[in-house]
Amino acid sequence: MESTAARKPRRSAGGKAGTTGTKRAGRTTAKKAPDTDPELVQLLTPEGERVQHADYDKYVAGITPEELRGLYRDMVLTRRFDAEATALQRQGELGLWASLLGQEAAQIGSGRATREDDYVFPTYREHGVAWCRGVDPTNLLGMFRGVNHGGWDPNSNNFHLYTIVIGSQTLHATGYAMGVAKDGADSAVIAYFGDGASSQGDVAESFTFAAVYNAPVVFFCQNNQWAISEPTEKQTRVPLYQRAQGFGFPGVRVDGNDVLACLAVTKWALERARNGEGPTLVEAFTYRMGAHTTSDDPSRYRHDDERAAWEAKDPILRLRRHLESANHTDEGFFAELEAESEALGKRVREVVRAMPDPDRFAIFENVYADGHALVDEERAQFAAYQASFADAEGGK
Amino acid sequence: MAAEKMALAKAINESLRRALDADPKVLVMGEDVGKLGGVFRVTDGLQKDFGESRVIDTPLAESGIVGTAIGLALRGYRPVVEIQFDGFVFPAYDQIVTQLAKMHARSLGKVKLPVVVRIPYGGGIGAVEHHSESPESLFAHVSGLKVVSPSNASDAYWMMQQAIQSDDPVIFFEPKRRYWDKAEVNTEAIPGPLHGARVVREGTDLTLAAYGPMVKLCQEVAAAAAEEGRSLEVLDLRSVSPLDFDAIQASVEKTRRLVVVHEAPVFFGSGAEIAARITERCFYHLEAPVLRVGGYHAPYPPARLEEEYLPDLDRVLDAVDRSLAY
Repeated sequence: MESTAARKPRRSAGGKAGTTGTKRAGRTTAKKAPDTDPELVQLLTPEGERVQHADYDKYVAGITPEELRGLYRDMVLTRRFDAEATALQRQGELGLWASLLGQEAAQIGSGRATREDDYVFPTYREHGVAWCRGVDPTNLLGMFRGVNHGGWDPNSNNFHLYTIVIGSQTLHATGYAMGVAKDGADSAVIAYFGDGASSQGDVAESFTFAAVYNAPVVFFCQNNQWAISEPTEKQTRVPLYQRAQGFGFPGVRVDGNDVLACLAVTKWALERARNGEGPTLVEAFTYRMGAHTTSDDPSRYRHDDERAAWEAKDPILRLRRHLESANHTDEGFFAELEAESEALGKRVREVVRAMPDPDRFAIFENVYADGHALVDEERAQFAAYQASFADAEGGK
Repeated sequence: MAAEKMALAKAINESLRRALDADPKVLVMGEDVGKLGGVFRVTDGLQKDFGESRVIDTPLAESGIVGTAIGLALRGYRPVVEIQFDGFVFPAYDQIVTQLAKMHARSLGKVKLPVVVRIPYGGGIGAVEHHSESPESLFAHVSGLKVVSPSNASDAYWMMQQAIQSDDPVIFFEPKRRYWDKAEVNTEAIPGPLHGARVVREGTDLTLAAYGPMVKLCQEVAAAAAEEGRSLEVLDLRSVSPLDFDAIQASVEKTRRLVVVHEAPVFFGSGAEIAARITERCFYHLEAPVLRVGGYHAPYPPARLEEEYLPDLDRVLDAVDRSLAY
């Protein structure tokens, strides 16, 4: 079955991809997406007003107040965890931190759309997705503290290790999805990447492979407008979601600060994958509120007023406004969440500060699954060298 | 079928067939490996017998081939991927070095990637640019990878079986100029260890160490030297990572002289590592410095010049003479 033949236009500008492409082509417009942009799927306005969408409403139609509060809680706790990690870096407890500040809705919305048997391939910033998958947040900190390169078992939560090299994991996700299809399973795979990664050859190759093999994979691009210092117009001259068209699968741009829209669009895309309809590209249009990492200084390349404009579209604030206007919460909810937040921060602090350095022989552990003579030899030499100090000390 | 004479390419084909038959998780993937059976016909007939889902013609994108093979391995498959020619592996080098090699260590042993990367390599077939290279050192330098190269049909058959069964990624260098060389393959034999060297000719005056396509040359050198009254031992190293230093040491302690031969450039080649370690291990046994014969620090030349570039009988004999003259 030709994967593109069965799809129907999903955007409200349905069937006009060509004309919208013409309208939006050009470097000056690539990163602009006003809230009135007909291409942008939005279910909650920045003011927290629920707006209707003909294609995506049904994916969140049955959502309960409790579930909405759950999404809010996820975002608040994720932001709290993220802030704590940034603070721990400033205190010297972590060597580096890559903050997700501002991207909570994109990550919680998409993360909560996944099923337990789905498989997630993150970059190094998907702390919110990790949260949704049940990975203990303190496990994410080992690599940033420098005690390991990834402290969790990927198969425990179907959440792969963080991938540092930009875009590499999209191919792993595609291969994994090819395997899912071979197994005849109805699980789906989701690959996270960013606007910077969209320029990588591996991402283009993953689109090709996924399309050709009709792999059940969702490419979830968080376009946070900045790849360290380079704005999105340095990566592309067309809106990123339109790239999918050339590969033969649908692409959608969703308001990445709207948790409900991210949830709905990702559910739709995962459902397509499960139904054998192949890959989808979701571009979550969002903003990196903080620095690229704690080593970065955004004041060198972007203006504060840009950040201020995005602050007005804050993902947590907009859901809070919605919850309050719909009378889904009371003061007790927020107070309890505040207490839970503080407890999480405290736990993260304590765990990180107590995180021991690894044993020095860990250098030689797990280099190979079946062992290697040279590793054995060098480990023995290293041990003898270390032991020589003990002997010297003992001899004194 | 127990013992049968077959070409090296056919031996790999039979080995892949056996692996596909024995384990439904084994996949063969690469460019033109399906209907065509690969440009060297190594995978001939496999797609017909095992289907398009297991013998997969891939898009022409080497990084994509290895990257998706990693994903398939994460899902529990055991992909055997073909890189069509040595010089085409570099688009995949990032995925191999940065992802494939490191995943087991960085996952603290939780993730195993049993991927075999087959690479027809080496020169001597009169090919165009990028079709005759020997990049094995670029992989042996990377921890997490294992690098092997069979020299004959029997090893090709069994080493492929072992590579597929290995839970580590294996870069499997196939000596393309020996693809058509026939040898007895006993498919019921009990193979030796994948990474063990083997003495293929015993001698007392000097050791020639080689792997892949150069083993046959070294056997010819030893035969020629024998006519001049020299007794050369020939060691088929079989594995470049790990290297069987114990076997080399044992041979050198007997012969006291070592010449390493490979097609790859000598500079930073596997011979350099062997020379350094054997000097360390056998310093008081050596009568001469370890000598190396290999390619030059120049791009692989056009086909009309490759005979000047590649080690041949006379160049190896020259090194033998120099070693014996110490």
